Amino acid sequence: MKIGIVVFPGSNCDRDCFHVLKTLKQDVRYLWHKNATFPKMDALVLPGGFSYGDYLRTGAIARFSPIMKEVVRFAKGGGKVLGICNGFQVLTETGLLPGVLMRNEGLKFICESVPLEVVNYQTPFTTAYGARSSVQIPIAHMDGNYFADDETLRRLEGEGQVVFRYLNNPNGSARNIAGICSKKGNILGMMPHPERCAEDVLGNQDGRKLFESLIG
Amino acid sequence: MDKNIIKQHGLSDEEYKAILKYLGREPNLVELGIFSVMWSEHCSYKSSRVHLKKFPTTGPQVICGPGENAGIVDIGDGQAIVFKMESHNHPSFIEPYQGAATGVGGILRDVFTMGARPIALLDSLRFGAANHAKTPQLVNGVVAGIAGYGNCMGIPTVGGEVYFDESYNGNILVNVMCVGLVKKHQIFRAKASGVGNPVIYVGSKTGRDGIHGATMASDVFDEGSEEKRPTVQVGDPFTEKLLLEACLELMQSAQGRKDVVGIQDMGAAGLTSSSVEMAGRGGVGFEMDLAKVPLRETGMTPYEIMLSESQERMLLVAKKGSEKRIKAFFEKWDLDSEVIGTVVKGGQLSLKVGDELVADLPTIPLTEKAPLYKRPIKKPAWQEKIQELDLATIPLLKDWQEPLLKLLASPSLASKQWVYRQFDHMVGIDTVMIPGGDAAVLRLKGTHKGIAMTTDCNSRYCYLDPFEGGKMAVAEAARNLVCVGAKPLAATDCLNFGNPEKPEIMWQFEQAVLGIAEACRVLGTPIVSGNVSLYNETKGEAIYPTPTIGMVGLLENVEDHCQLGFQQEGDLVVLLGELSEELGGSEYLKVIHGLTRGLPPRVSLDLEKRVQQLCLAGIHAHLIGSAHDCSEGGLAVALAESCFPRELGVEVQIGFPLRPDALLFAETAGRVVVSVKERDLPAFLEMAREVRCPAVVIGKVTRKNFVINQLIQTTTQNLKQVWARGFETSLGV
Repeated sequence: MKIGIVVFPGSNCDRDCFHVLKTLKQDVRYLWHKNATFPKMDALVLPGGFSYGDYLRTGAIARFSPIMKEVVRFAKGGGKVLGICNGFQVLTETGLLPGVLMRNEGLKFICESVPLEVVNYQTPFTTAYGARSSVQIPIAHMDGNYFADDETLRRLEGEGQVVFRYLNNPNGSARNIAGICSKKGNILGMMPHPERCAEDVLGNQDGRKLFESLIG
Repeated sequence: MDKNIIKQHGLSDEEYKAILKYLGREPNLVELGIFSVMWSEHCSYKSSRVHLKKFPTTGPQVICGPGENAGIVDIGDGQAIVFKMESHNHPSFIEPYQGAATGVGGILRDVFTMGARPIALLDSLRFGAANHAKTPQLVNGVVAGIAGYGNCMGIPTVGGEVYFDESYNGNILVNVMCVGLVKKHQIFRAKASGVGNPVIYVGSKTGRDGIHGATMASDVFDEGSEEKRPTVQVGDPFTEKLLLEACLELMQSAQGRKDVVGIQDMGAAGLTSSSVEMAGRGGVGFEMDLAKVPLRETGMTPYEIMLSESQERMLLVAKKGSEKRIKAFFEKWDLDSEVIGTVVKGGQLSLKVGDELVADLPTIPLTEKAPLYKRPIKKPAWQEKIQELDLATIPLLKDWQEPLLKLLASPSLASKQWVYRQFDHMVGIDTVMIPGGDAAVLRLKGTHKGIAMTTDCNSRYCYLDPFEGGKMAVAEAARNLVCVGAKPLAATDCLNFGNPEKPEIMWQFEQAVLGIAEACRVLGTPIVSGNVSLYNETKGEAIYPTPTIGMVGLLENVEDHCQLGFQQEGDLVVLLGELSEELGGSEYLKVIHGLTRGLPPRVSLDLEKRVQQLCLAGIHAHLIGSAHDCSEGGLAVALAESCFPRELGVEVQIGFPLRPDALLFAETAGRVVVSVKERDLPAFLEMAREVRCPAVVIGKVTRKNFVINQLIQTTTQNLKQVWARGFETSLGV
């Protein structure tokens, strides 16, 4: 599979995603944010980090990067897009996913491995998990407090767009939401970092299945 | 030159006279400013240099020892580890967030300026008493500052230490260590050469922040120290991230390796130290036009430009003709890069603004000929008094559970999860052992190897006996590495002391250095880099001598790493090392009896070596299931900590004829608590006999009860509860 990882200035999980996808023997390459076009891809990853320093609202400047027009076109055409952490924030800022990620309830950065429920295991990113599975995946963010209005939340839940839920809500997210997908399921945004638990040597491989689902 | 101006620059009369001698004339203000920062304690090591020579600095593993931006050790397969520790104490006390943040920024640049990619950060932090009015705010600020910078950079903060003591009420310590990975053939040095080569400025624009930071760091604190806030630099981790990527892309490219001659970060004393030191190392001169320096404010004078400590800047010397190629690397990342000067023959630093010459100085007096002091040394009159301790005067308690709970809840011993939860300790996806263990372990991608790292110092020991304290810091750092299964390779140091003009402080300094040197020699861990921070005093009151040791070790197979937590009910608990009645300087005396007295535990380096040898061999032979260094809080605390990760219990029976508090809480050196499967015990004890290391079965891992002799009978859950919440509760954060 041909997978592009978008690199914004300040992205810092791009190399991690690259490494994991390489170990899964994929044809993976970096896509520089200044390029308005990119070669044909099977999937895109918007990695974690602090795009543009996150000095404004997280992800708010990255959405204006030259590459984003093409990313939006790719996503709207049904292309698979995975946004992790800062990538999720960029996806909500772009409008590809509804809602917004606010500052954590406790106003502090949180880095720890947290238990999650895989709510929807029928998206292109979660088929390998199976029904009613709970997994342990690390989070590392300052702004992961998911918010959307009640109507949006009802719709997300009703249409199976809630993909991951925290079992012990760490950041104040509405309805314990840790990850959501688009209506068609081809765009996934999640705060937890599956790339941080995809190898045996790190003591936890719960994130590996997400990439295996994506690769198919 | 006006006497007041000279004094304001922190220069003594003798030093000014020396300047007149070297120049053969009076300096102008720009030149005086340059002398003042280059000759500051912070940059020149003028009080410490004579002592630092006593450190062992060589070994087959050492690629680069002290004198460069960081030390480098060989780890085989064409790879090397670059590391160093540095202090940012004064700025962090005045402005905790920015002080700590820029401390992280500075040490990162020291490592990537050598061509290495930083892979980990560690922080050794010391604050005043938890109940001191300023402490919670300082803790919050420093932790947030480290998190703000390190997290944004995407470098995991994987370890460190946090201690509280009144001695730091007016002068906290923030020591940051960075570890980087480099290919051996891609190492860069900070040495200029090649007459006619361009001097290129890259990174952030220069502003008025941090002017005289180095001078401030070379002075004691008094009432008006908060007024020095403008001398604290302001960090911009986003720009540093861009600078890191741009520099590494350049240095790792085939063309860049040919084009870049030398590179150094602009840290303390900014453009001044980077240009003077690079020229000095290469025996050449620089001619620079300050009108070309990218500025963020208008109307900056040459004096301000040369002394600014604006962050996220680098100076490099490149091959003539490569200017455009180099610029392209920085343009990609939207960073400034300007040719601001040329390498010239001779050893002169000539600074111009356009055509006007504003400073013209020989570099040798600024570097090699900087003042060198053999400061007077005198053992403090009170030293022997504080070492007196008559155990007969320490009452034996009726209940031993209460003091154990109190110790576990004290902020220095309680869980530091509140701290490391705020640090991204997993980014980079190399962290095999996260914070909370004896040492952090990182895997090295593409190999089977792992790197372990730790920081260590018990400053109470150093106060009571700086020689033994220095020895202990090294011994414990090495023991920490061994407990996770790594072979110690080499060390860095961060020597935090009071005012060197006081003979008693210099005695502490000399003793600590001698102790460190001896331990490093015996344990085979040379000092390859370091930093000295003096004048850590407020209103005449010095901090405890705090020579922090950072150490790096290698695991040939990262899968062999060992955890501190007991693994399974039924496993046997074995104590390596000896029991003694050494209660002097212990946490127990401090926390329970309010005493900082006595002789600290004495390290027998011979025994220490054998204990470490056995522990490492036992781990590698897969005979040891868990290993935990027995240090602050003694055996009882070490056993409790070993129970916490899997919430298992322990039942210990030890025949010990001496005081029960010594059995539970003495901090005797050279001890490790390990757990061994029953079937592996004979093989393990045989191994112990071979290396002549004391190893005694003291108990068994149980399901949940925590029992030591008839002294303590409780559950692990009871203990864990107070330990888990102790930090937040003590500080009210």
